[in-house]
Order: sequence, then C-alpha cells, then structure tokens
Amino acid sequence: MILCSMFDARSLENSKEKLVFSVIILGLVLAPLFLSDFRINLLGKFIAYAILAIGLDLIWGFTGILSLGHGVFFGLGAYCMAMYLKLEAANGKLPDFMSWSGLEGLPWFWKPFSNSIFALVMAILVPSILAFFIGFLTFKNRIRGVYFSILSQALAIIFVTLFIGQQAYTGGTNGLTNYKSILGSALSNGSTKLVLYYISIGILVLVYVFCSVLVKRRLGRILVAIRDGENRVRFSGYNPTTYKIFVYCLSAGIAGLAGAIFVPQVGIISPAEMGIVPSIEMIIWVAIGGRGTLIGAVIGAILVNALKSGISESFPDVWSYFIGLAFIFIVLFMPNGIVGLAKKITRKVSKQALHTNH
Amino acid sequence: MGTYILQIFNGISVSSILMLAALGLAITFGLMKVINMAHGEFIMIGAYVTYLVQNLFIHLDKSLFGLYFVLAIPASFVVAAFIGFVLEGTVIRHLYNRPLDSILATWGVSLVLQQLARSIFGAPNVDVKSPGWLEGGLVLHQGLQLPYKRLFIIALVITCILGMFVLLYKSKTGRRIRAVMQNREMAESMGINTRRVDAYTFAIGSGLAGIAGCALTLLGSIGSTLGTNYIVDTFMVVVLGGVGKLIGTVAGGLFIGTANTTLEFYTNTSLAKVLVFLLIITFLQWRPKGLFNISSRSLDE
Amino acid sequence: MKKYFSLKMRKRATGMISATLMAGLLLTGCGATQTTKPAETASSSGDTIKVGILHSLSGTMAISEVSVKDSEMMAIDEINAAGGVLGKKIQPVIEDGASSWPNFAEKAKKLLQQDKVATVFGCWTSASRKAVLPVFEENNGLLWYPVQYEGMEASPNIFYTGAAPNQQIVPAIDWLFKNKGKKFFLLGSDYVFPRTANKIIKAQVAALGGEVMAEEYTPLGHTDYSTIVNKIIASKPDVVFNTLNGDSNVAFFKQLKDAGITSEDLTTLSVSVAEEEVRGIGAANMKGQLVSWNYYQTTDTPENKEFVKNYKAKYGADRVTDDPIEAAYDAVYLWAAAVKKAGSTDVAKVKEAAKGIEFKAPEGLIKIEGENQHIWKPVRIGEVTEDGLIKEIWSTDKPVKPDPFLKSYDWAKGLSN
Repeated sequence: MILCSMFDARSLENSKEKLVFSVIILGLVLAPLFLSDFRINLLGKFIAYAILAIGLDLIWGFTGILSLGHGVFFGLGAYCMAMYLKLEAANGKLPDFMSWSGLEGLPWFWKPFSNSIFALVMAILVPSILAFFIGFLTFKNRIRGVYFSILSQALAIIFVTLFIGQQAYTGGTNGLTNYKSILGSALSNGSTKLVLYYISIGILVLVYVFCSVLVKRRLGRILVAIRDGENRVRFSGYNPTTYKIFVYCLSAGIAGLAGAIFVPQVGIISPAEMGIVPSIEMIIWVAIGGRGTLIGAVIGAILVNALKSGISESFPDVWSYFIGLAFIFIVLFMPNGIVGLAKKITRKVSKQALHTNH
Repeated sequence: MGTYILQIFNGISVSSILMLAALGLAITFGLMKVINMAHGEFIMIGAYVTYLVQNLFIHLDKSLFGLYFVLAIPASFVVAAFIGFVLEGTVIRHLYNRPLDSILATWGVSLVLQQLARSIFGAPNVDVKSPGWLEGGLVLHQGLQLPYKRLFIIALVITCILGMFVLLYKSKTGRRIRAVMQNREMAESMGINTRRVDAYTFAIGSGLAGIAGCALTLLGSIGSTLGTNYIVDTFMVVVLGGVGKLIGTVAGGLFIGTANTTLEFYTNTSLAKVLVFLLIITFLQWRPKGLFNISSRSLDE
Repeated sequence: MKKYFSLKMRKRATGMISATLMAGLLLTGCGATQTTKPAETASSSGDTIKVGILHSLSGTMAISEVSVKDSEMMAIDEINAAGGVLGKKIQPVIEDGASSWPNFAEKAKKLLQQDKVATVFGCWTSASRKAVLPVFEENNGLLWYPVQYEGMEASPNIFYTGAAPNQQIVPAIDWLFKNKGKKFFLLGSDYVFPRTANKIIKAQVAALGGEVMAEEYTPLGHTDYSTIVNKIIASKPDVVFNTLNGDSNVAFFKQLKDAGITSEDLTTLSVSVAEEEVRGIGAANMKGQLVSWNYYQTTDTPENKEFVKNYKAKYGADRVTDDPIEAAYDAVYLWAAAVKKAGSTDVAKVKEAAKGIEFKAPEGLIKIEGENQHIWKPVRIGEVTEDGLIKEIWSTDKPVKPDPFLKSYDWAKGLSN
C-alpha cells in the first residue's frame, strides 16, 4: 500500500483498471435483466474463460512464459468437477460409460469425487501439482522461450491421447457429459443456472482482486523483471526459477478453477478441450484483450468469445475467415491489444485537447 | 525375421516423412526463428497443387499421366514458395522481433488458409492417383515388400537435404542467409539487403513444405485439415534436433520416427505416441537446446 | 506503458474501455437478433416452420458432415417445392458444430432456446450426439441423427435414422463367418464407436467359435499405418474388420496396397467407409474390399434413381451419394410425414405420430420402430468397384428390425447391462 502511494501514476492506473473492472462486473450482474437464458448461459461460459485468461496473463503477460498447453490444466480442473457431477447423476450406480467399457466397479480414484468439496479442491490442486512437477523440472533446467512453448504442446498431446485411450476411466473422446444435478438441485432448473452464473461472477471478482493485489506487490515487479531480462534478475540475487514455478502453479490452479466453473454451465468436458487448438485460442484472448494487464485478459476472453459465437451464428459456413483475419490484424497492428489501443487513443486525444487549450 | 526387417524399414520411412515435413520448418523456425503455425497449411497447399496438376494431366493425354508427378514436385514448390513470399511480405516481416507473437498471427493465417481450401476444393477429401511407376514395391522375398513410394520419399528427402546443404553452406546465397540469421545488424552493415534475404529464405522454407505436401499425397488423405496432422510432430523434430542446424532435423526425424514405429510395434499406437512425447520432454530436460545447436556466448537467447 | 497520465486522460481511457466492453456484451445478444429477426417476423405471420441443421462445417469432421448437410437441405427444398408441411414452408437454421463437442452443445441450446426450432437434423460422431443429448432431453427438443452408430442408446428425444449394430455390424460378421473365415483382426480409431463395436464383435465371434487375433486402435487423424500393416501381415487373419474413421482410412488403404496386399490376399470389411470416403481414398486403392451399409448409390429402386439424379443435379455431377447422406435425407421426410400425421410440430405429438410411419426411401421401404425410435432398414454388404462405387453382393430381403441393445441375441447378454 505504501509502495502504491509512492508510485502515484501506478496507483492511478490501477484505479482506472479497477473502475473498468467494476463497470464490467456491473454489466455482467445486470445482464440477466436484458439477455435470454441462453445468452446468460453463454456469458457464464465466457466468465469461466475470463478467469482462465487472468491466470494465463499472469504467466504470459507478466512473466513472459508462453504456455501452449494450458488447456491441460483447464481440462483437469473440469474433469475433477465433471467426475463429481457424473457420480451425482449416476446416483450410486456405475456411470454409463463405465458399464459400456466393461468396468465392474467404480475405480478407486473416482470414489472420493462423490464429495463436492473434495472435487472442487482437487480441481485446483491437481493442475497445480502437475504444474509444479513440470515447472520444477523445466524451469530448473532453464528451458525457456520457444522451447518451453513447444514442450507445453507436447504435454497437451500426451494428455489428450491418454484421456482418449483410457475410455473406461475417462469416457474417451466423448468425455463426460449428461449431468443431472449439482448439490441436489437440478441443472436444468432456471434458478440453479442463475445461481451458477452469479457464483461465476463472484469467483471472477475474487480471482481478479487476488491477482491484482499480487501483481501490485513486489512479486509482480519481479515477474515483469523476469520477462524483460531473466539473467539480470538472477544476478540481482533473486532466484527466478522459484518465482516462475510459483506463478506457473498459480496459473494452473486458476485454470483448473475455471474448468470447474465451466463444466456445470456447459454440461460437457472432453479431451479435445485440453488439446493444442483450444490452448492457442486461450492465448489469443489474452493477446487481443491486451497482455500484461489483468483487465485486458478479462476483456479479451469475453469479447473474443462473444464475437466468435455471434459471427459463427450469422455466417456458419465462412466464419473462420473473419476470426482468422481478425487475429492477424490485431497481432500486427494492435500488439498491446484493445487495452493498449484504448490507452493510445486517449493519449492522442488528450494531447490534442492540450494543444487547443493553449 | 521378415517382420523385423520390414519394421526397421518402416522406422526409416516414417523418419524420412517427418524430415521432409520438418525441413521447411528447419528453415523458417530454425534459422529465422519464426514460429509458423501455418506450416502445416503449406504442406496442404503442396498437396492441393499436386491434385491440380494431376487433373490437368487427366484432361491432357492418358499416355503422359505417369509424368504428372514429376511436374507436380516443382509446381508445388513454386506455388507454396510464392504464397510464402506473399505471407512474408504482408505478415511475417512485422514479427521478426516478436517470435512468440508470430504464433498467434500465423495461427490466424492457418485458419484462413484452411477455410480457403474448403471454399475452393469443397469439404470432402480429394483423390490423387499415384503415378503407375510408383505402384508396387521392391520384393525382397515372399511377403516382404518395400513399397516404391516409400523408397521414393526416402530418395526425395535425401535430395532435398543435400540441396539445402549445398544452398546454405556452399553457395553465396547461403552465406548471405546465414549471415543475416546470425547477426542481422552486422550483415546489414556489410551491404546485404536483409529484407530480400528474409523474403526468399521464408519462401524457400514454405516451398519445401509444399514438396512435403506433394509427397504426402502418395501415402495419406488430401483435405483441408491435412496440415494439422503434422504441425506438432514437425516442431518436435526441429526442437529435438536443435534449432538452426540441418543435421539436427535429420537426427530429430530419425529419433522420433524410429522410436514411434518401434514402440508402436511392441505396444500400441496411442501408447507409443504418449511415450515418444514423454521421451522428448525428458530429453529436453537434459539438453534444453536439442541434440545439435549453434553454440553461442550470448546469455539471453 | 510507463507513461504518466493526467487524471482527465485516465478517465477517457476508462470510458473507452468500458464502451468497448459494453459493445462486447451487447454483441452476445446481437448474434441472436441478427439471425432470428427475419425468422421471428416470418413465423409470426405463420407461413414457415423453423428447423435446425447442426453439423461440423469446419474442423476435421467437415469432410464428412458437409455432404450430409447438403442432403438435408435438398430434402427441405424438395418438400418446400411440393408445398411444405401443414401448408407452411420449412425454414432451415444452419449452425456450425465446428468439430467440437462443447460447441455442438452450445449450438443445440441456441437452436432450441433461442430459435425455438421444431426439430433438429444433425451430428455425425457419437461424441457430438452424446454432447447434445442432455440438451435435447432438458429442453424437450427433437434430434434426427443420420449416422450408423454403436447402439446401446435410445433417448426419447432422438430418432436414429442410421443403422443400429444389428443392422450393420452383426449381420456383417455372420456373413464373413460363412464366406470368408474365422480369424479376425480388429482395427479402429481410438474413440467410442470402434471400441463399443469391437466389444460387440468379440462377443459375437466368441459365440460363433471364431478367433480375434488382435485389436488395434489408432488416434483420430493418425497418418502412418506401416506398423499396423506389418502387424496384420504377421498375425495372418482371414478378415480385417475396419472401424477406422475419416482421414485414417485413406492412409490405411493406400499403405495396405503399397505393402502388396490387395483384396485377393486379404479381406477387409469397413463400416465407416462409404462412397464419399472411397472417393477420397481412391477407387484403385480399395477395389474389391468389402463394406456393410443399408444403402449404396447403386441401390436399385426407382426412388434412388430419382434421388441420385436430383443430388447430382443440385450439387454437381462429380458428387456421390452414400448411406449417411441418404439417411439424412430420409430423416427430413420422416419428420415431415410425422408432422403431417400429427397435424402439429409439437414434439410429443410428432413422436406419437411417428410410430410406425413408413417411407419409400431410396434404400427401399423403411419404417419407424416406435419402441426405440430407430428405423427398420434392409442390410446390404457391398464390394468397392473400379469406378469408386459400391456393388451390392448380399442383402437381407426385408427390412431388419432395429435392436440397439441387442436384446434378441443370447451372446450379447453381458453387453448392454
């Protein structure tokens, strides 16, 4: 806090971000008054994506680590939640896909997932632990930049292939779907959906506040320093590896949480969601919103997905053209995304205003 | 016995296919540090060019049909290289100092190219008939046949690698390319037109992907998503082999190809894939810059 | 980034960003208004019935699903040209599933909740059907699913116009046993249909006293079959039963032929390769190999001659028709017939009316089985010919009753639970 007031500009920039974020949240909270149930359900999905994007921005925008396998963490979180939902839907019997696949009884690692709290905790813990192992090895061995990105793609392929291959335990390509209720209330029920939607907003706020406090502190500046020159950080007496591992785990945990929010609202998780294609799309949300600003991640995730849904509904045959061209255009001409552009424009406008005033 | 001989041959064959697909990437990614996610789509372009050349020959004269493939190889190189040239001039050149951003922009390019292929050629796969002289195989003994197509691809890959080697290490152009890629400012101050070198280096890399696409029509499907099947594998080959060295691509291809077929033979296809990728990840822990790499004293590379 | 802003500037930036975001939020709603607006005015004037069409028009499944969409559109056009149903024109609302299962679920929700379509024709993969199934059950929608599948399902909100296992796989195994041999090599893509199909086949082969030599699965999109072919050569089966999907078939058949194995050396029978796929594989690479379906382009009925002629006239002489294309076409006609009989598009009434409805389809006379909402269909085993078409070499004389849970087979007792 003292630091903040010392850096006046920084704190003001933060307050501006806060204001924008409050406007977004207000918009989301009021959205059910204007939009149909279907659109609210979609927005709920986008909010899950926004949470994920915040975590992704932490490692990419702030720390400069580009993970092209973040779908894995999202997927693992989603699967943890889905296992709980599936067991609740099966109502004490064996889940349907297990009996097709010839299993006699519930595998041991499925059993504790009948507890919702356990499932939710695991949705965050499992991705974090996996990230810890990978991060510990790769960052310690100083695998960086492009090499890490490619390695994270290999990770995505491994998980997708494993999850597809173990049909009896994971549901195979179909994934896990056909849930009935959550904590005893039917998922088809309108009010359950609305509650889930508001819970998603609540979690978005929590994650956002937590992360913005985090990046405002010393940690945030060390992360940016790692991004801009890892060796300088090392020579200054910090161990970048520790920080990188920490932020990677945190990001994975947030992705897992986002997955857990995604599943009950969308109603399905399948191995394809862990693959490379969705992982790259996630990066694109952050890039379009504006990397290195948490607000940019939120804006990007919601905006890109809204656009994608809208355009693909209006032009189901050729929508890939629009999306593809938009990516190219934004990366080329708006390297700092929407947030960067907004800053640039206001700077110009106020400069002009300054001139006329004099 | 025959089974094992065939399996060794399969390993070499799969390796050669991976090398061919990755060779273009060894140029664009290895030398230029551009992460071209649309590399697979250049392979697809090569395949569709082959399809077009074939259709042309069907209309021309039946007796000449066998020759179409000979013409299709340079044609797919030229077309893919040209599209690569255009892409470099419009998109890639803005991204040389932002390698990670090139992933995102070229991802957009790949979406557009796939949709373009669907719009032009329709969604279903198209059929490319192999020329008669590539049908059949070299029969070693009963039940042991080495397909001519696979032998041809091995020969093609050797030719391409040798050609690239001569171009990069024995020619003036190659010296310029290497100079620009290793130290841009220095090369520029020596009077090399770096813009031009960038443009034709990227074009050559794309053209090589086109040749790979042409060869792949012999073995697999020809459709708009053809490239997506190869993109990750080719990146693995280049990264494992070591960025910036042709010999690395050869080594990377050989390792992944033989490991894949051998593990597939003893276990199953899915498990083999998982194991190979695990091996790659483990290997990179040990040698983060791949098997062969250009040693450099610079700290942040 | 480290520019120092005046307070005024900051306020502007805030305004800008909030404006962009609100625009984004509105856009979510916008997509709907854009597509539904003309439709809403149309349906309020009461002269159209909206139906959904939900297939992958992009991504890896587009190679198969686009033709199915085309066929459904043709059926809709034909019905509209003949006056529509209940005096109203059918208006299709097309959505792209984009080969992503959650996306299928999203678009299904959109069609049912936002567009309020009377019915949906859609899906190809079992995974996409499983993904939309809860959406249709929850919203009491109606889905017509046009592809053969692994069975073990009978949702009250789905009509299955493709073959159940007892109308494709089971008779094929019986036929192979009588005509080709007892040693089977099972090859499939790694997903639910091949795994479930192979479970059925293993039970059946065991009951018949045959032998399954090996069971191999390859990931979707796998491109190199040299090792698999080598394994096939080494295990010397009588028949390779092929449940590979999509692109992989092209690689498998091309590479099988390269290894010097033709249909004379080894029988393969495929259940996911139809005329459309043969076109991509190349007739020369698959000549003489066997397939099992309910319909071929060469099926000899007057209805089929008309169907093939119209399809080619509409989409080009080089296009082919095949089983899923025909089943999708039938689906539209069956639904229209049920709506006419019910006098309404209400889902419950249509379902009730659909029981026992018959249709003179290109594949012959078919009938909806009310008990499980599958279709009575004739079974045909065919051989790929030089021109890329399929010649029927055996068929059941009459339509076979659908039995998705294989209840009428003793050996299948343990399968369906």
